[in-house]
Parts: sequence; C-alpha cells; structure tokens
Amino acid sequence: MTTSRRVEPGQHALSDFRICDLTGQLAGAGATRLLAALGAQVIRIEDPVRQGRWDLLRGLEPFVDERRGIDLGAGFNNHNVEKLGVTLNLRSARGRELFEDLVRISDAVTENFAAGVLARLGFPYERLKQLRSDIVYVSNSGFGYRGPYREFKSWGPIVQALCGLTFSSGLPGHPPAGWGYSYMDHHGANFMAIAVLGALVHRQRTGEGQWVDMSCTEAGATLLGPALLDHSVNGRPLRREGMPNSNRSQSPEMAPHNIYPALGEDAWIAIACRDQSDWKALQLIIDKAWTASRRFVDLAGRLSHEDELDALIADWTRLQDRHELAERIRSAGVPASAVQTPSERIDADPGTSEWGLWPTVEHREMGQVRVDGLPFHLSETDWKMESGAPCLGEHNEYVFGELLGVDSGELAELRAAGVM
Amino acid sequence: MSSIPDGPIPAEGASGPLHGLRVVELASEWTAFAGKLLAELGAEVILVEATSGAPMRDYGPFAGDSKDREASLWWGHYQTSKLGVTLDLDEPDHRDRFLRMLSSVDMVLEGEAPGRLARLGIDHPERCANDPALIWISITPFGRDNPRAAEPATDLTLLAGGGPVWSCGYDDHTLPPVRGGGNQAMHTGGLHAVAAALAALLRREASGRGQHIDVSVYAAVNVTTEEATFRWLVAGETVERQTGRHASTRPTMPTMAPDVDGRHVNTGAPPRSTEEFTALLGWMEDLGLRDRFPDTVLLELGVERGGVNLADIDVDVEAQAIYGAGREALILIASRLVGYDFFVEGQRRGLATSLIYAPEEVLSDPHFIARGFPIEVRDGSRTEKVTHAGAPMIFGKSPWKLRSRAPQLGEHNAVKLGTQAGEAE
Repeated sequence: MTTSRRVEPGQHALSDFRICDLTGQLAGAGATRLLAALGAQVIRIEDPVRQGRWDLLRGLEPFVDERRGIDLGAGFNNHNVEKLGVTLNLRSARGRELFEDLVRISDAVTENFAAGVLARLGFPYERLKQLRSDIVYVSNSGFGYRGPYREFKSWGPIVQALCGLTFSSGLPGHPPAGWGYSYMDHHGANFMAIAVLGALVHRQRTGEGQWVDMSCTEAGATLLGPALLDHSVNGRPLRREGMPNSNRSQSPEMAPHNIYPALGEDAWIAIACRDQSDWKALQLIIDKAWTASRRFVDLAGRLSHEDELDALIADWTRLQDRHELAERIRSAGVPASAVQTPSERIDADPGTSEWGLWPTVEHREMGQVRVDGLPFHLSETDWKMESGAPCLGEHNEYVFGELLGVDSGELAELRAAGVM
Repeated sequence: MSSIPDGPIPAEGASGPLHGLRVVELASEWTAFAGKLLAELGAEVILVEATSGAPMRDYGPFAGDSKDREASLWWGHYQTSKLGVTLDLDEPDHRDRFLRMLSSVDMVLEGEAPGRLARLGIDHPERCANDPALIWISITPFGRDNPRAAEPATDLTLLAGGGPVWSCGYDDHTLPPVRGGGNQAMHTGGLHAVAAALAALLRREASGRGQHIDVSVYAAVNVTTEEATFRWLVAGETVERQTGRHASTRPTMPTMAPDVDGRHVNTGAPPRSTEEFTALLGWMEDLGLRDRFPDTVLLELGVERGGVNLADIDVDVEAQAIYGAGREALILIASRLVGYDFFVEGQRRGLATSLIYAPEEVLSDPHFIARGFPIEVRDGSRTEKVTHAGAPMIFGKSPWKLRSRAPQLGEHNAVKLGTQAGEAE
C-alpha cells in the first residue's frame, strides 16, 4: 500500500489529508469540493449499480453541449472539481472489503445520506472506528442522527423552510419570497467542511477521532440569531404585521435602504444610506427640493416616513440607468449596486474576474468548463481548481490498483462482476 | 425498532476542537460571525473595540427596546463567548499594547478598511516578519487584493451585486427582487473564512508557518447562488426569480401553499417513486380527498408506471403531468391541514413535506428541543436566562459550546490588558 498523493506533500494546505467521501448533491459534495481544492485527496465513492444516480446532478442539465449522459451534468462537475471518483458496490462482499481498506488509509469519512443509510450498509461509526481508531466521521443530513425527525426526508428548500430562512426573506403583505436556490445546500456544505476541519484539528492535537453529527436544519437556524434573541428577550416574533420586510434594514436601522426600479425591463438598483453623512451625500446627488423636507431630516424621521421616502426615491431612480447611477452614488461614498444578472457579475465585473473567481477546469468528457472558485486566497498555500469532476469510476485503477494494491487481473474481474 | 444509530451526545465538560488557540479579533460587522464560530469551537477570542465602543453596539434590535449600548441584540448574538477589551489603535500607546497582545496569539481576525492597518504600521506583513506562525484573516467586502476594494458596501449592496438578490423574490416582476434577511453576506464570508483558517491551522502544524487569508464577502456571495452561476457559466442561460422556489430558465409550478390557517407550507419534493405515489394516494384516501381531486388518475398512473424520473420530465409529457399532479395533490392536502400536521404526517408517510417556520418557531419545535438546540445563557445584567441559537453541529468528543454572553465594553481589560474599563493612561 502506498500513500502517494496526486498533490505533492506540502504544496497545498490540506495535502496531508485523505477523505473517503460518500457525499453527493451540493450539501455534501460542496464540503469535500472545498477540501479538495485546498489539496486534500478526496476519493468520492459511487454506486456502480445505480451508476451514481443517487446524486441527481450527475446526469441533470445544464449541459455544455448537445450531449447527454451520466458524466455530463454541469452542476455535478461544478460541485466535484478536484476529486477522484471510484465506483464500489457496498452490497457486495469484496466491495465492502475494499471500502474497509479505503477507510483504513483515510483521515475522514464524509456522507450526507439520509440518517441511517450508511449504518444499514454495515458502516455505522462504531464499525468505522474499528477500521481506523482515530477516524473522523462527519454525517450531514437534514435533521441529524438524533431527534424525532431524524428519519424525515429533506432537500435544500425543506431545510430553508424549517429553519426560518425562507420566512425571513420577503416583502410585507406577500407570502415568503424565500431563497431562489438551495442557499442551505451551500451553507450545509460550508458548515460540513468546518466540521471535518475542526475534527481534524482536534485529532491532530489529541490523536482522537470522533463523529460529528450535522443537521442542516439546525445549522440554518444559527443564521438568524438576532431575530431569535428579539423573540427570547423581547417576546417579539418575526411573524408579525409588516414583517418581514427584508429589503429594508432593521438591524442596523438605515433609511433609505431598499431596492428601487431603474430604467429598463426588470432593472433594479440597491441603495443603502448607513448614516447621516451617506444621506447628505445622496441628497446632493438627487438634487431635489423634497429631500430637504423636515420629514427626512434625520434617521427617525426617515424611518417614520419610509414608504413616502422610498416612493420619492423610486420616482427618481426609475428613469436612470442602474449601473451609471450606482457608480455615481458609490463615487460619493454611499453604498449602491445594480441588481446584477449572472452575465454582468460573472463576465463584466472586475470584482469577481480579478479575484480569479471563475477558474476553468478540464473535464475528461466535457473539456474545458468554467466553475465557481473560492472566495478566499491563502498567501502561502492557496487553493487550486484544475481538474473537473470525475467521470463514473474514472479513478478506479489509481485508487484500487495503486493505492490499495489490487492487481489488474482482479480489477478486471471486479469490473465484470459489477463490484466496481 | 429503528435501525438508525443514535448520533453523538457532546462529551460533558470536554473542550472544543480549538481549545488553546488564541485569536485577536478587531470588532467589525464582517468578522463578528467568524469570530463567534471560532470562539464556540473552543478558541479564546479577544475582541478589540475602540474605547468609545464599536458601532455595532448601536445595531438593533435592543433588549427592552432601550438604546443602551449594552442592550444591542445584534451584539448580544454575534459576540458571545468572546472576551472584550478596548483599545484605540490610532493612539501609539494603545497600539503598543495591541502589539504586545499579538505576540501571544495564533490568529488575527479583522475586517478593517483595506489600507488602514498598513497606515498604522500594524498590518500582516510587519507582524508576520516577527511571527511567521501567525495566521492573519482579513474579511472585507471585496477582499483586500481587489480593484473594487475601496468601494463602500453593505449587506444589501453586496447581495444585490453578487447574485443572490437576482434569484430571489416573486413571480410578479413588477415587485422588486428580494434580499434574504439576517446578515447573510457576513455569514457567507464568515463560513468561508473559518474553513480557510482551519485549513491554514492544519497546514501550520506541518510547516510551522502561518499565512495571510484574504476573504472577499462579495466573492463569497457570488459563489453561493447554485444554478444561477453554473448555468450561466456553461450554457449562457439566465434564471429568473419565482415566488418561494428556485429561480429557473422557464416557469415551474408553485411549491408553497397556504395551510388551513392561511400560513404557508412548502410542499417539498413531490413524489417520484412508486412508494411515494402510493403513500400520497393513501393519505388522500384517509382525508377523503381521493375522489375529489380531479387528477387522482394521474397519481395512480404514477404507481403503475413505477414512478417518474426527473431527468425525463422535459421530454416525457406524461411524466410531467404525473409529477405536476403530485404537487397539486400536496397543495390540496395542505389546504385542509394545519401546517405542522401537513409536515409531520407527510413525512411519517414517507413524503418530503415541509412547513415554513418563522425563526422563533424553531425554538419550540420538539426536534430542535430534543437535540438541545435552544440553549439558555445567563446574562449578568438581567435576572432571567436568555435563549440563544445553539450548536450548528454536534461534535461527539470536542463539543461546540456557547461559553458566555457577549462582553460589555472593556469588560476584560483588567484580565487581558492589565487595565480597567475606560481607563486612559
């Protein structure tokens, strides 16, 4: 057995770590994506019988061209860059043995199945610990491994709905606007990455492994702290008349603070006056008599006449180009931004392009594809994204042959027998 | 009996994974959440604010609606488990004390305007020369090394420019798109910052060297928009916002519906498998709705066909109709039940149903309570305990822990600086 890595030791922050990875979708795959980009050797294990379809994104649109297939889902590629991919049937005896060998040479096992799935396959934490006494095991499910809902099903929108995030996004007098994407899949993944890294830090210091149980719903509820305190301290619920009103700012109080119409179809601009000096600067730009009204002279006045203030500002913004206006407002030191389309923020914004936020990876079938980068840079051991997501079983030979020492004859047999 | 093993229970009295790690945080609205995470994972986080108090002490809501500077619940949430000291970094002697404090820390966490610390001569490059093991984390709106670094920004403008707002709102596009509430830009930057900091810490164990971590909140929200980004990157297609559900390149069916009381539920993931269609039909039968629902026959077809495959929905008209009927049936059921019953009864039957809680409703939910999520913290200035959000994850051996309420102004000056609160030399 060898411990060779694709990444030379010492080159990246996590080059010394290997992850035995059973995650999928975004809530799990996003966690090990981050670890892989930082240099961890992430070995993603998929079920050959179902062709890895447990992860819906594998064969789901969008696609880069007219080709369709299990290796061609672009979402899957985005969420699985820099990982190695193997297939292994954990219901077969030899498949289980090889999985055990992988656990023995891994620092962490990660999964985001429904609670209990991995145990039913014969690998509860107790078993993983027998295989490697200091193993770090991180499970990430909608509701976690304890509590009355632990067997419940979930996906991003369910998590967001239950933790309060969906409710917290909206305009008064309308149903919740919620999140137009699986926000908590992203943060489920980010919290999960922190769980893995935190447990590895603990192991590095004490030699002790552990199980970290993540409930995505619980993690989501930690993202609404001030609202929870307002209720527990003041008895004031967010479910009340006129709330939520999340384009305005209650914490801290600011006015004007909203998203206003601009020239063009579905064109909008966000403006936020943090304090009195921002308001004075904005007054000069608006340059209309109404801004000097006593009603708007201080924050208290602007807050108590906020509907009127917002209507007047909207009348002013309505006929202006949102980018030019935002630039003019920002030049005066006041926060403002066009509500940007994907095209604008990805292809025409130095704030992202100069960061290197959209790296191009090489995928075996898709070729060169741009993906999400990471929002931090490390001065000594930065992340890298060069290789795309693995095709189904792409690294079977390297992982089972080179890492685990299975000879080519047996590899062929195992392939034929559907073990991989 | 359930085949699910019980998840870990946090070891009583054990320390968090970052126990023994010392962090100095310069109080900032960009770092507060990251600092809280580090503190509650066990690090000693010393929060430095000006002697006049950090501006975030004026962020509402306030306990008792008093605008006292110790009553901010923003502060009360984000600064828990930290120690608080006061230093005016513009004053040379305070700066010296700050530098002395740095000599014994592992990490610095700051969100100062790019350039400010360099002008004061206390930035990363100088410190790192003295202490190569130091890990220095900067969380700023656009990142330090960015052409937009000097631009003014808030949570709203970052989320508006960076993608999330484009995807959130209502079917009716005469209504503005919507910013999700609750300081999510700071959270998004903070989570990435902590992940990067822990990776740097692991690296330091091997190399003995720290490093600088430059975090851009704007970049963070840009890569936290799921399909809106990767669909543009690969297919050049633009998603459009829809009420309470995923933004999409073409209209999809509503997923939210009012319950019997007019509160909204999320119908979750509609049935796809044979078992799920069978369960849905059984539920409708039990509620006396099977014969009243016009598309029951489609649900039965779902059973006969052996379910539907999501990947076929665009090309298979029948599959599309069956999938849609599942959603409609759930909307009908929701209209007859209280949201909580819709959620729990649906899930009990194997359907991925949900309800939409306001944040505070989480605190009285039996599942969250059973997991110990709501936790009570004693607040020195009040007699009663205050319920806070608990652990985002349960570490079996090295538990997350909310150790103390947020520090009052200069509360730990004596212990950490050897001076009293408000004392000027």
